[in-house]
Amino acid sequence: MEGTPPRILVVIPAYQEERSIGGLVRSLRERTPYDVLVVNDGSTDRTSESAREAGATVLDLPCNLGIGGAVQTGFQYARDRGYDTVVRIDGDGQHEVEDIPKVLEPILAGRADAVIGSRFLGETEYRGSIPRIFGIRFFRLLVNATTGYRVTDPTSGFFAINRRLVEFYSDHYPSDYPEVDAYILMHRLKARAIEVPVRMYDRAEGKSSITTFRAVYYMLKVTLSFLINRIRRFG
Amino acid sequence: MNRVTLFSICASAALLLYILEMVRRRKLREEYSILWLFGSVVILVLSLKQDWLVGIAHAVGIVYPPSFLFLVGILFILLILIHFSIAISKLHQMNKKMAQEIALLRNLSLPSGGIPLEKTTDPGRMKG
Repeated sequence: MEGTPPRILVVIPAYQEERSIGGLVRSLRERTPYDVLVVNDGSTDRTSESAREAGATVLDLPCNLGIGGAVQTGFQYARDRGYDTVVRIDGDGQHEVEDIPKVLEPILAGRADAVIGSRFLGETEYRGSIPRIFGIRFFRLLVNATTGYRVTDPTSGFFAINRRLVEFYSDHYPSDYPEVDAYILMHRLKARAIEVPVRMYDRAEGKSSITTFRAVYYMLKVTLSFLINRIRRFG
Repeated sequence: MNRVTLFSICASAALLLYILEMVRRRKLREEYSILWLFGSVVILVLSLKQDWLVGIAHAVGIVYPPSFLFLVGILFILLILIHFSIAISKLHQMNKKMAQEIALLRNLSLPSGGIPLEKTTDPGRMKG
């Protein structure tokens, strides 16, 4: 990066977020200098139009791919357009726009390949439902036991990655709860990943669609894919 | 020749001919037909040569030859199902890739924000 400032893209996966996406994009445009990409994951509401009206670039997936596939599309866009760094945040207003520089700083300083915003470091008073907290604890144990990373918030969807990871994730990115799986991928790549404290709000609009049955199913699925990724070959 | 033998010969020959006809009409791809062709040939051979069935069953230690036939049938179905799971996974992967390409290309063709979905012919978006 000689002379030219790093090109930074904020990627927001969005599915049925018409009520929150416009406000989020507007606050990003007003309060940050970064390019904003919304990946509309086959929403049937006005998510795409709201995001576009608010000034974001929008990619419309023709069908619902799930969170991993949508985020990966954002990475592919960043790869194709030559972005150096990608920040990924949720479209429902859970993450604080003001925290983006904190997540970016170690990457821009060259101290990390991935920086993950953790709601459990620092002063946040996050309170999730019991199954959610249990799931987070479970994945925390899994990640800490099998990789060298010391992780507090393994399912955080607020993170920044550098060009190297953008390119790798464009070809290999998990589909469900990709953040947990991503730790194995980063471990395999010997990527430097660190956590920084961020604020996390309860969902502004809509509600997380996770029932207990689905939670158990996802936990098994993610654990399996996590363990498989340890022994998988990446061509 | 008893009635059961006649029946099993007719049934397995019909299955074989049906598979071949489907491949000929391009309703079944060659790569998916191989297992079916193989399966129907095995059944046909075992119907014609029942002493082979008895011989093989006894050789692997199965006293009652028909239960060896069930075992072969179950293993065959299992194999076909695994084959389908692999095929579905492959299709899933291809489908995801294409959806992503479509989204990226649609944006590329109109860099200032892409083409709104309503202006395209996407039946999934037609919601009255």
